Amino acid sequence: MLNKVMLGIALLVMLAIAAACAAPAAVQPTSAPPTSAPAAQATEAPAAQPTAAPAAGGVSELKILWAQWDPANYLQQMGNLYEQETGVKVTIVQEPWGTFGDRFFTAMAAGSAEWDGVIGDSQWIGTGATSGYYVDLTDFMNSTGIAKTVTPATLTYYGEYPTGSGKYWAYPTEGDADGWAYRKDLFEDPKEMEAFKAKYGYDLAVPKDYKQFKDIAEFFTRPDQGLYGVGIYTQKDYDALTMGIENTMFPYGGDWKDADNNVVGVVNSPQNVEAVQLYKELYDCCQAPGLSNAFFQETNDAFTGGKAAMIMNYFAFFPALTNPQTNPYAATTGFFPNPEGPNGDRGAALGGQGMSIISFISDERKQAMRDFISWFATEENQAKWAELGGYTCNSKVLETETFLKAQPYNPAFAETMTFVKDFWNIPEFGQLLQVSQTELSKFILEGQGTAQETMDSIATQHDKILKDAGYIKSQ
Amino acid sequence: MASITADSSVNNPISSGRAVARQLSDRAIMNLFIWPTLVLLIAFNFFPLFYSLFLSFTNYRATGNTAPVWIGIENYATILTDPSLWEAFTTTGRYVLFSVALQTVVGFGLAMLIRGKFRGSGLVTTLILVPMMLSPVVVGLFWKMMYNPNFGYFNYLVGMGESGQLDMLASRFGNQAIQGIALASVILVDVWMWSPFVMLLVLSGLNAIPDYLYEAAAIDRASSWFQFWHITLPQVMPLLLIAVLFRTIEALKSFDLVMGLTGGGPGNQTELIAVYLYRVAFLGQFRSGYSSALAYIILIIVIAISNLYIRNLNKIKGEG
Repeated sequence: MLNKVMLGIALLVMLAIAAACAAPAAVQPTSAPPTSAPAAQATEAPAAQPTAAPAAGGVSELKILWAQWDPANYLQQMGNLYEQETGVKVTIVQEPWGTFGDRFFTAMAAGSAEWDGVIGDSQWIGTGATSGYYVDLTDFMNSTGIAKTVTPATLTYYGEYPTGSGKYWAYPTEGDADGWAYRKDLFEDPKEMEAFKAKYGYDLAVPKDYKQFKDIAEFFTRPDQGLYGVGIYTQKDYDALTMGIENTMFPYGGDWKDADNNVVGVVNSPQNVEAVQLYKELYDCCQAPGLSNAFFQETNDAFTGGKAAMIMNYFAFFPALTNPQTNPYAATTGFFPNPEGPNGDRGAALGGQGMSIISFISDERKQAMRDFISWFATEENQAKWAELGGYTCNSKVLETETFLKAQPYNPAFAETMTFVKDFWNIPEFGQLLQVSQTELSKFILEGQGTAQETMDSIATQHDKILKDAGYIKSQ
Repeated sequence: MASITADSSVNNPISSGRAVARQLSDRAIMNLFIWPTLVLLIAFNFFPLFYSLFLSFTNYRATGNTAPVWIGIENYATILTDPSLWEAFTTTGRYVLFSVALQTVVGFGLAMLIRGKFRGSGLVTTLILVPMMLSPVVVGLFWKMMYNPNFGYFNYLVGMGESGQLDMLASRFGNQAIQGIALASVILVDVWMWSPFVMLLVLSGLNAIPDYLYEAAAIDRASSWFQFWHITLPQVMPLLLIAVLFRTIEALKSFDLVMGLTGGGPGNQTELIAVYLYRVAFLGQFRSGYSSALAYIILIIVIAISNLYIRNLNKIKGEG
C-alpha cells in the first residue's frame, strides 16, 4: 500500500514538473490597458475605419516592448488606431522599469524574436547596433524623409550610432529631457519681488542664466520657514546624479568627449569644473533636506510638499505637478527650460527613447514594423500622439500653437528638445556611468576633494575604460 | 475463478497499473523521487555554479552578442588590485562587525528580558518578532521616511527635531558632511530588523536549560552573575553561535536594505560588496565575466568565515 502511495506521489511530482517545463518560457507582462479616456480624444480625430488588409503580407500583429508607464498606454492607443486603419493589431508589451533592460537584453542574447520592436533607452543604441540586435534604419529613415521630420538633436541622440555617423537605428519616439518647475505664487508675490530686487538689483523672474538661478535659489532658502531654493538630483543608484549635473555642464559649454572620443582635457575642462562646482554650491546652500538620495520622485515630492521653490525633473514627470489632486500648488506651478551658461550656451540632459526594429524577426515582419513607423511618424499621427500625452520629437508638431498651449510645460519642452545632449551610448556606457556617479557623489554629497580633482579623476578613469575598449588608441 | 481475475487484469487499465506498481522495485520508486529533484538541481544549481565559474575566467557581457573569451585569471587579478573593491570590502567588514555584534547583544538582552513568563508575554514576543517578518525593501523605504530630516520621527527621538539639521542618510549635520553617519544609519535599521531573530534562537536555548542547574547553583549560593557566566551562557552558546553564523552570512550578502535606504551613497559610504556586485553584473554594465569572478571571491570569503564559526561551534559542542 505504501509503495502505491509513494508511486502516486512520484507520478504527481513528475507530472507537475513536466507541466512546469511545458509552460511558456516567458510570461507576457501586463499589456497596456484598453483604450480609456484620452483615447476618446484620439478617436474623435478623422474617423478611422477598419479598411485595408495587413500592410505587409500576412502579418496580423506586431508586438513592441516598452517600459510600463503612461506613455506606453498612449502608444497602445495609437496602436489601436493603426489597427482600425490597417487591420494590423499592435500590442505594446509593457515591462516594469526595474526589469525592462534586463528582460530585453537577456532575450536578445538568446536571439529571441518575441517582439518585433522595442522602444529602448537612448543609451542602449550602441549595444543594440554593435551586437546586431537592431535593424539598420538609415536607408528607410532617409528615403522616406522621416529623418527630417524630427529635431536634429533628437535624431542624433535617440537614433544615431555612432554619434555623427549618419547611421540610424531608431525612430525618436518619446522625447524627454530635464527642465524646471517653479512656484509662480512665490515668484509673482509683490513682496517677494520687492525684496528680491532690493537685494539683487534686478527683477525676480524665471532665471535667464545660472547666475540668476543661484541668486533665486539662495533667496528662497529659508530653513526657518521650511522652504528651500531647489530640489536637484543626487541619487547614486543608476544615473540620476550624472544626469542632474549635465544640466549645468552642457549650458556651461562642457561635454563628456570631443569628436575623436578623447576625454582627458574635455571631462576635466574648466567649463565642466565650473559647472560641477555650481552644482555642489546649489546642493550645499539650497537643497531641501532629505534629498540626499533624490531622483524624479523625491524632487517632485519636495515640490508638492512645499519644500522647494524650484525643482529639476524630466518633463515626463511634470504631468503630476499640473494635477491639483497630486500637487496643491498645481494652479501656480510654472515651468522653464535650463537657464543659459555664462557664455550663453544651452543644453539639457536627455531622457526618452527611440523605436527600433528587432533584427531576429522575419523580413516580412520587419517590413510591417517599417510600415507602422511610417504611419506613426506622419505629422498628423504625431499630433495625435502629442494630444494623447506622448512627447513627440516631430519638429513641426512641436512648433504648433495647439501643442504649445496643450500643457503648461509644453513650451519649455519644445524649446529644450532643440538643445538636448546625452551621455555616452556605447556598450561600455554602464562602466563610464559608474565612475561618474561614484566620483560626483563623493564630491557633491560628501565634500571630498575639489571639483577639479573630481573631474580629473573621472577623466583618467574614463580614459582607461575607453582605451581598454579600443575607442581611444593607447599612446 | 483464478483465470477470470487474470483476464480482467489484462483488459482493465487500472488493474494493469496496479500490477506495474507491484512490479516496481523500491529502488525504482526511489529513483522516481530522486531524479526529478536531481534534474532540477543540476539545471538550476550545479550548471549555473560551474558555468559562472567558467565565465569568471572570461571576458563576457550577457548583453553582447559575442561568445565568452578566455582571459585566465585576469578578472581575479583586476578585482584583487582594485582599490575601490577593497574599499567596498572594508565597508562590508565594518557593517558586518557592528551589525552582528549589536544584534547579538540586543537579541540576547531581549531574550533574557522575556525569558520569564508574565502576563502578555506571548503578545510581547510576537510584537518583537514583527520587524523580521517584513520585507527588507519595505523596511528600507519605511526607515527612509523615519530618517527624513523634515518630517521623520528619528530626529525627534534624538532631540534634533526642531533644527532639522541632522540628515542621517546624507551623512550631514547642517552643511557639514560627517563620515560614517550613513553607514551607522543602515546598521541601526539592520539591528532593529534582525535582533528579534537572534532573540528567538537564544530564547529557545534559554528555555531548554534544565531548572535543576540553577537550583543546584542557588543551593551553593552562586551569584546571579556566576549563574549567567557558568550556566546560562555556556548552555545557550551553541544556539547563539548558530544565530551569529546566520546573521554574518546574511550581513555579508546585505543588499536590498542598503539599496532601499541609500543606494550605496553618499559617495561610497554604504557601498557594500553585494551592492557593488549588483552594479557590475547589471545596471547597464552586464560585465558577466568580471561579476562572476567577484561573486566567487565573495563565496570563498563566506565559506571561510562560516567554517571558522562551525569549527568553533563543534568545539563548544565537544566541550559540552
